[in-house]
Amino acid sequence: MTFLVAEEMTGGYGNGPDILHACTIAVDRGEIAVIVGPNGAGKSTAMKAVFGMLPLRSGRVLLDGRDITTLSPQERVHAGMGFVPQVANVFVSMTVEENLEMGAYIRDDDFSGTMEQVFALFPILRQKRRQPAGELSGGQRQQVAVGRALMTKPTLLMLDEPTAGVSPIVMDELFDKILEVAATGIAILMVEQNARQALNIADHGYVLVQGRNRYTDTGEALLADPEVRRTFLGG
Amino acid sequence: MSPGLSLRTRGILLYLAMAALLLGVGFVQSWTVALTILNLCLISAVMSLGVNMQWGYAGLFNAGIMGFAALGGIGVVLTSMPPVRGALAAGGVNLGLAALFVILTVVAALVVRRRVPSYLRGPVGLLVVLAGYFLMRIFLDPASEAIEAIDPASAGYLGGLNLPVLLGWLVGGVFAAGAAWLVGKVSLGLRSDYLAIATLGIAEIILAILKNENWLTRGVKNVTGLPRPIPVERDLQTMPWIADLASRFGSDVITTAGIVSRLAYALLFTIVLLLILWLAERALHSPWGRMMRAIRDNRDAAEAMGKDVTRRHLHVFVLGSAVVGIAGAMLVTLDGQFTPGSYNPLRYTFLIWVMVIVGGSGNNWGAVLGGFLIWYVWVMAEPFGSSIMSTLTAGMTPGSFWQQHLVAAGPHIRFLLMGLILLLVLRFAPQGLIPERSARK
Amino acid sequence: MENLLNAFVLLSNFVLVPAIAYGSQLALGALGVTLIYAVLRFSNFAHGDLMALGTTAVILATWGLQAAGIGLGVLPTALLALPVGILAAAVLVLLTDRWVYRFYRRQRSDPVIFVIASVGVMFIYNALTRFVIGTDERRFEDGARFVIRAGDFREMTGLAEGLAIRTSQVITVVVMLVSVAFVFWFLQKTRTGKAMRAYSDNEDLALLSGINPDRVVLITWIIAAALATIAGTLYGLDKSFRPFTYFQLLLPIFAAAIVGGVGQPLGAIVGGFIIAFSEVMVTYAYKGFLGYLLPEAWQPEGLVQMLGTDYKFAVSFIILVVVLLVRPTGIFRGRVI
Repeated sequence: MTFLVAEEMTGGYGNGPDILHACTIAVDRGEIAVIVGPNGAGKSTAMKAVFGMLPLRSGRVLLDGRDITTLSPQERVHAGMGFVPQVANVFVSMTVEENLEMGAYIRDDDFSGTMEQVFALFPILRQKRRQPAGELSGGQRQQVAVGRALMTKPTLLMLDEPTAGVSPIVMDELFDKILEVAATGIAILMVEQNARQALNIADHGYVLVQGRNRYTDTGEALLADPEVRRTFLGG
Repeated sequence: MSPGLSLRTRGILLYLAMAALLLGVGFVQSWTVALTILNLCLISAVMSLGVNMQWGYAGLFNAGIMGFAALGGIGVVLTSMPPVRGALAAGGVNLGLAALFVILTVVAALVVRRRVPSYLRGPVGLLVVLAGYFLMRIFLDPASEAIEAIDPASAGYLGGLNLPVLLGWLVGGVFAAGAAWLVGKVSLGLRSDYLAIATLGIAEIILAILKNENWLTRGVKNVTGLPRPIPVERDLQTMPWIADLASRFGSDVITTAGIVSRLAYALLFTIVLLLILWLAERALHSPWGRMMRAIRDNRDAAEAMGKDVTRRHLHVFVLGSAVVGIAGAMLVTLDGQFTPGSYNPLRYTFLIWVMVIVGGSGNNWGAVLGGFLIWYVWVMAEPFGSSIMSTLTAGMTPGSFWQQHLVAAGPHIRFLLMGLILLLVLRFAPQGLIPERSARK
Repeated sequence: MENLLNAFVLLSNFVLVPAIAYGSQLALGALGVTLIYAVLRFSNFAHGDLMALGTTAVILATWGLQAAGIGLGVLPTALLALPVGILAAAVLVLLTDRWVYRFYRRQRSDPVIFVIASVGVMFIYNALTRFVIGTDERRFEDGARFVIRAGDFREMTGLAEGLAIRTSQVITVVVMLVSVAFVFWFLQKTRTGKAMRAYSDNEDLALLSGINPDRVVLITWIIAAALATIAGTLYGLDKSFRPFTYFQLLLPIFAAAIVGGVGQPLGAIVGGFIIAFSEVMVTYAYKGFLGYLLPEAWQPEGLVQMLGTDYKFAVSFIILVVVLLVRPTGIFRGRVI
């Protein structure tokens, strides 16, 4: 059975119209799933629904076989989900090290080992550990944001457009890091604007259009699909 | 029933209830007391209207109402009191020179702001202001000393211009508007609580000036015997038609004169209140008023449409403060004296806030009702609190610690009551007694 | 040379020492205001009255201790009574938060609604203070009044000018240093303190990280109540306790917080001292001081005082206005909007 299964999710904000229509997303441990699609397709909304920030009218979310549909986002963090928001994803006035500590806030055990792992993954953060996160460059901030989410030792890491606003070089670097994270056995679910590059590293791709699953396949297959290429990847 | 109609019915019922409360005082206590309360209700209503313009129309928090009201008071003094003989001769020239230096300093500071490169602006500006200040003091100090030396027991200040007292009300409004313009210019457009803190400060300073610049205001020695727009009671008592009226109602001359004088004030105040209310309502329902409310409800959208929000806020802040100033002027006229020592923020700033919130933010009729009701409760709560405490402690040993303590606490109950009323209304009826018609969420 | 020393002693006696003590009191008050701002995001107009109420509790406890014959010898008994006052103030603010502010927090109301609510709370605290202790001036200082008396100082040094340092001034500075050190240690080093900073920095991310907002708010109120009580007690020991003056302290305290940068703890401390020193220096008459320094012919005639002491609030206000005009974020770049 797949590690994360979000089945047939339907729902919208407040009393507004449904944004998601029977949308299904799944990802296994050690794999990367990417949600792509045109603007307004409900990509971020789908991820928020997985994280419990959007009430579902129908459908369910299973994590490692456990039904977590009714849990709040905070409870889902305890259940093993890590979430990296697109913006305002670090504590700007706090040092890198403190940001990581805050990531581990819910842990009562010794988390120095996890912090070592994060520093091993992002060596630049070790150098800048005493600097306020607000003084770092965009790419470094994203590393802090990912690092913060990793501090809870999540089994599923969700990234909302991690490469928004960073240069192509930094983007490649970040994608490499994300592959490394996945290699440690964490399931990764990611929303990406840079669809082509993201699908390159993805095991599974979900193309959403207007809150519905349009194409679902491996990243490779989607990249090879002429229809997908023509409609969503710009040829 | 359509909501508009029910709102109107509700408003009428509430006003009738308020009238019944006041009439009740007339029947139970005395008509003199009822009219005294009514007059202060009317003044409170004007003040409340002014604050409602700022808060209800624009969402501005003014924590310095006391200062603007006090400026209204000094407006009356400087307009209507007779000039003190010899005061101008004693200090006039020096005073003029001091004023000249104030103007020169302001001009110099503006030049510095425009012309001096930014890295020098701070120090140079400071130097200019300090130099101007000391030059001004060179002339002001002897002037104030000379003026205060003139007959200090009864005068010792400049006096006024001997103009009609009603003109003083307008001058009071203008003074308050001027101070509001200065504060607004500095603090509007910044964080919302900066205005609150800046107004809190300007009020303290205005009071400090009024208390200490004796040459201008007589300070804590107070200015008494302000001219009255209506014949004084003592004169009324000698008038034949008062005696006639008294005999017709089977009352004595003194009471009748008191009632007639109070009625005359009530009439005068009502005219002012209705005039301001009419103007405020016109303004609220004009395109200007709609724009103000649009800004209040969605500042970002209004800004995106190219409205200069800060400027509009400055307008409404100045207008509201002017109304408060007029109310402050009416107050000293009613008292017949200007007593800078009597202004305190709980009574003159925060009590007005209770009026506006309870009455209904954004609704002028609500603000007026709030002014009436809260003033009534405020006045009645003091004796009421005392009588509750003496009833409560009736069983205790007279003179025992707790009995004395509780009786002494009686008059303070009204502060508790005001706090509770404000918090309860804010929580359970944030729209107030008479909600704004197109109520915001 | 002796003139120079005399001038310095004179300045110390009337400017430096009083301003340091007053600055410490303002700093503690401003620290409380700024912490409430950082976490709860509103300017607490009830802070002055909270200070008065906390001090009231301290005074009552002091009287109790005095009646029981318990004291600290040369130190004021009020120090022993402080924990009682802090406890009373903490219970009070927690009840207030439970009954008043929590509702608006859940509603995510506009900051100005919180400010208006704090005005209601101010009325109630004010009434409570009046009920409990009345409106009269109270002195509750006991123990040794002076560390150094002006006369003793003159004898010791042979200078014409004396330097008096009161016990309450020394205590004020020591207690301020201890309290501020504790708050900074708490904010920088403890898990809960860091959680407070995180919550202040980015509420949503703090929630995502599993930080419990109710706990952060609770701790903030307790610290603010403690700081308010300490500041109020020190002020009362140093000057005297009159409930109404505590409301007036609100202006210099707010000014201190804004000058330092709203929401910045270090800024509140610096701001407190800036305001206190400006206030004391601007309202001090320099006639005697200049008398020592200037040659006979240049002796000033007047008092050489920039502003009368009645205008001390004007100083806070002018500094406030200058900061708003020049650098609205304050020295340490606090929050704007």
